[in-house]
Amino acid sequence: MDVMILAGGLSHERDVSIRSGRRVQDALRDRSTRVSVHDVDMALIPSLREGGVDVVWPLLHGESGEDGSLQALLELLGLRFVGTASKDARVAWTKPVAKSVLGRAGVDTPDFVTLPQSLFREVGAEQVLDAVAATFGLPVVIKPARGGSALGVSLVTTRDALPRAMVHCFAYGDVALIERAVAGVEVAVSVVGTGAQARALPAVEIVCEGPYDYDARYNPGRVEYFAPARLTEAQRDAVERAALETHRVLALRDLSRIDMIVDEQGVPQIIDINIAPGMTETSLFPQAVEAAGLDLGELYGEILATAAARN
Amino acid sequence: MTEGLRDTHGEGTRLDPWLGAYAARAQAMRASEIRALFAVASRPEVVSLAGGMPYIGGLPLEEIGDMMRRLIVDRGETALQYGSGQGDEALREQITQVMALEGIAAHADDVVVTTGSQQALDLVTTIFIDPGDVIVAEAPSYVGALGVFRAHEADVVHVPMDAHGLIPVALESTLARLQAERKRVKFLYTVPNFHNPGGVTLSLERRPQILEICARYGVLVLEDNPYGLLGFDHEPLPALRSMSDDGVIYLGSFSKTFAPGFRVGWAVAPHAVREKLVLASEASILCPSNASQLAISSYLNHSDWHGQIKSFREQYRDRRDALVGALEENIPSASWNVPEGGFYVWVKLPAGLDSKSMLPRAVTARVAYVPGTAFYYDGQGADFLRLSYCFPTPDRIREGIRRLAGVVDAEMETVRIFGTGAADRSGSVEFPSPDLA
Repeated sequence: MDVMILAGGLSHERDVSIRSGRRVQDALRDRSTRVSVHDVDMALIPSLREGGVDVVWPLLHGESGEDGSLQALLELLGLRFVGTASKDARVAWTKPVAKSVLGRAGVDTPDFVTLPQSLFREVGAEQVLDAVAATFGLPVVIKPARGGSALGVSLVTTRDALPRAMVHCFAYGDVALIERAVAGVEVAVSVVGTGAQARALPAVEIVCEGPYDYDARYNPGRVEYFAPARLTEAQRDAVERAALETHRVLALRDLSRIDMIVDEQGVPQIIDINIAPGMTETSLFPQAVEAAGLDLGELYGEILATAAARN
Repeated sequence: MTEGLRDTHGEGTRLDPWLGAYAARAQAMRASEIRALFAVASRPEVVSLAGGMPYIGGLPLEEIGDMMRRLIVDRGETALQYGSGQGDEALREQITQVMALEGIAAHADDVVVTTGSQQALDLVTTIFIDPGDVIVAEAPSYVGALGVFRAHEADVVHVPMDAHGLIPVALESTLARLQAERKRVKFLYTVPNFHNPGGVTLSLERRPQILEICARYGVLVLEDNPYGLLGFDHEPLPALRSMSDDGVIYLGSFSKTFAPGFRVGWAVAPHAVREKLVLASEASILCPSNASQLAISSYLNHSDWHGQIKSFREQYRDRRDALVGALEENIPSASWNVPEGGFYVWVKLPAGLDSKSMLPRAVTARVAYVPGTAFYYDGQGADFLRLSYCFPTPDRIREGIRRLAGVVDAEMETVRIFGTGAADRSGSVEFPSPDLA
């Protein structure tokens, strides 16, 4: 099988994507697949049109890789690829939309509000932020409505820190998602497969000194990971159910990573959905695979085979 | 292996079994969000005004290719072999001729060839700095030097500059204060010509004043001079080293006047210091690359390197003009210096903007710069950014500034809406990517 991994791109997460691409290529090295890694640039379409690529694995993080654009291009070119179809990727990528869809399906996510920068300009930032603090209380989490790798994300614990967090967030995009911060156990559940065949891998628990930000994610040290997570059996069932339900409701395909916090009542609250989860040496998806006792190369091979066989 | 050094905390994993084993100085060596954003700067769609990369396209590459081939064919057995720890003698002799252009009368024995002047910086810091010792440096200062100083656990105290470079009165009061506080000040680190990132040049009048003050306080001067021959309008000013043999360690480099890919720089130091530099260098790398040294030596012997530097000066002046002209036209609300040589313009942003917070927006707009905080040890500099004009063509520079203007306008609007000012971030020394140097 000839596989082309797409990594890099022009998003803020280019660096993470390149590292993910190399790790997946390494994991597949000993298998009977020929794997190349390609950036998304002017040479991409000619390379794809040369033929010989059985399946494409988009490992681009951030916009164009996860917002459905790249998937739309691959569909346009009639190529088989790993991961969610473009129309569903668009929904999953836009956090407020995904949260609304999940909410309607009975999957819990933290209370939130979505506010564009233009609204703050039109009605006055201070009044809006007062309302945010009054309604949600503090702390709140402020994040770009579209984005990943914790870029532009702040956990705000005091009212006077809200304006700076908003400026930080709007540097990454025009729309902010403000969520009530949920106290509890943070876990990431990786899901493999599609529809009724989807299965959850063991949850990975994240215990972080300070915020689980870019520094914590990509520099070993501040985060202690527990794989599998230290959950009761009931909690374990609940997080796996929530992850599978999220994967199903959003029509995610092949693989995903669903991030959640198990709140003090034991209810999983979905906080993020990743259709192209990170595959770097510090990423959660490979940790979950290892915790499941699976071989990374073998699992990636299965994912590729499924995608290659898809009509 | 001592089990106690390994990470066995709890039942979980921190993904690095050696976390407990690192030296304290490694704690600050962490990949940053800023560094990750620069991954995009290498894409051709992005106008990178970030890196201090020389315009290598301006070199006679065919000629250099032929020279390299001849070097390996004719002298391969030397070029590909280990060499002297102090560096190739013929090259050291040639280096004295290069330095003579800035008034330095040195003997080849005074010269230590290094792997770029960055290694010389590291060696000087290694032999002088114990943890907690103080290095005095300009405000702002070269990001690559701050990284070396941080790695050796030095404390850096900044001294302000104005349009004429380091301010003698400010240096004197800083040294007096540090002396009163019984701090161990080991050296003054200074980039006197076409400062990185400040763009300014230490005036002729101030040069002896700075040396006199340092001599009076018993403080060595570390003169870092990669850009001295790249002045646009004037002959080079005499180096500090030309005015003091005993009080100055001089660092030179071929990275900006020829090509950084060879990684050849040098140090000239007082006799006893030089001896220690050679020993420290041998302990670190055994010897600098013979192939690179002989290539540079051959280039100096057979090419019109004076003409090449003149050509670089003209190209860089055009680019400086393009950058400054575009700033005047597109971002009049900012202020900046107009450098008379070198690679950099230091821009003060309109009030309230934070160059580090603004960087993601710039990357989205496909333009890159280095936030000012990278050039301070103490978190200052959020309201500044460094623009390099050395690499992109004048047209690309103008396009980059047009994009940056849009970024500045958008960030100003956001800041206006939220009423926030530039933040003071402490402890934000960045470890630079090589192309930021």
